Amino acid sequence: MHTAYDSKIEGNVIVTRVDAAINWMRKNSLWPMPMGLACCAIELMATASSRFDISRFGMEVMRFSPRQSDVLIVSGTVTYKMALAVKRIWDQMPEPKWCIAMGACASSGGMYRSYAVLQGIDRLIPVDVYISGCPPRPEALIEGLMKLQRKIEGEQSTVDQKKEFFEQVS
Amino acid sequence: MSAADDIRTLRETFADKVIASTEFRSEHTLTVALDALHDVLRECRDTLGYAMLLDISSVDHFGDDPRFEVVHELAAIDDSKHLRIKTAVAEDDEPPSAADLWPAADWHEREVWDMMGIRFAGHPDLRRILMWEGYPHFPLRKDFPLAGRPTEMPDVAFTGVAPLEGGPFVTSSGGEDPVRREPRARVVE
Repeated sequence: MHTAYDSKIEGNVIVTRVDAAINWMRKNSLWPMPMGLACCAIELMATASSRFDISRFGMEVMRFSPRQSDVLIVSGTVTYKMALAVKRIWDQMPEPKWCIAMGACASSGGMYRSYAVLQGIDRLIPVDVYISGCPPRPEALIEGLMKLQRKIEGEQSTVDQKKEFFEQVS
Repeated sequence: MSAADDIRTLRETFADKVIASTEFRSEHTLTVALDALHDVLRECRDTLGYAMLLDISSVDHFGDDPRFEVVHELAAIDDSKHLRIKTAVAEDDEPPSAADLWPAADWHEREVWDMMGIRFAGHPDLRRILMWEGYPHFPLRKDFPLAGRPTEMPDVAFTGVAPLEGGPFVTSSGGEDPVRREPRARVVE
């Protein structure tokens, strides 16, 4: 009888790739930075509240500090006066980070074709997921967040880092 | 005393400085000369009981001379009467600030300065209130395009031109056919 070998461990070990494991952890603990700028922010708050409950996705931790957050949810009209502040918050977020443009205004300026409104936050920062609607319902935001999860699944989280590492070594 | 009585009193006191007065659906409007504006406002506050300044707005009659019109909306504190006082202001005129009469005038006048570019003489702190310091245009003037103009202030703000796709789209009022009343691109001839 080999006491050193616990035969039960076979069912408790999962073999996977590092990439898959890291992506799985990242996508299930997305901490949003709520950039509430207009009425979309109300729907964002509804999404976080108990009826829709994004804590089911590990996203309930709204971080009001950009240094602790993973996904910037730009919810609302980005005026030119606010635009560089949004950019600055984006720059303060640590990598890896993602951005969601929530609603018509954040995606394209929406109905505000005017001197005061930035015509889409993608003119300043890269956007991963656009959500249509004015404002989008919480289900739409959850759909967008799930799309982002699917996108994170397909990322090569370590391959790029390894490539850099090997380039430095060689 | 009602607003109609007040207009009669003001007409007696200021005589030819009162240019016109109208009543439309029980709204009373008094048009006064620019040099008498501050005295009229003071009289309204001190003697006639208009303790409250509701709003200061401005109108751009582009192409006319004088170009602008500044509108003060006054009210009694018990809401028993309202009075609107209009003054024609030319482009290089500086109407007197009412901030010494009503502190509420402070921000209203800053907004008029920001959006229309009318300077108020004697204002305690005439800075822009909505746009940033250094923004070179006055967006609510008629000769400012709705789409905006490109500006650039590094580290402060920038603006671009919004795509209007043939707009601005305006409804034609009064048309019998609802299809004709629908918002259409304004035809530039």
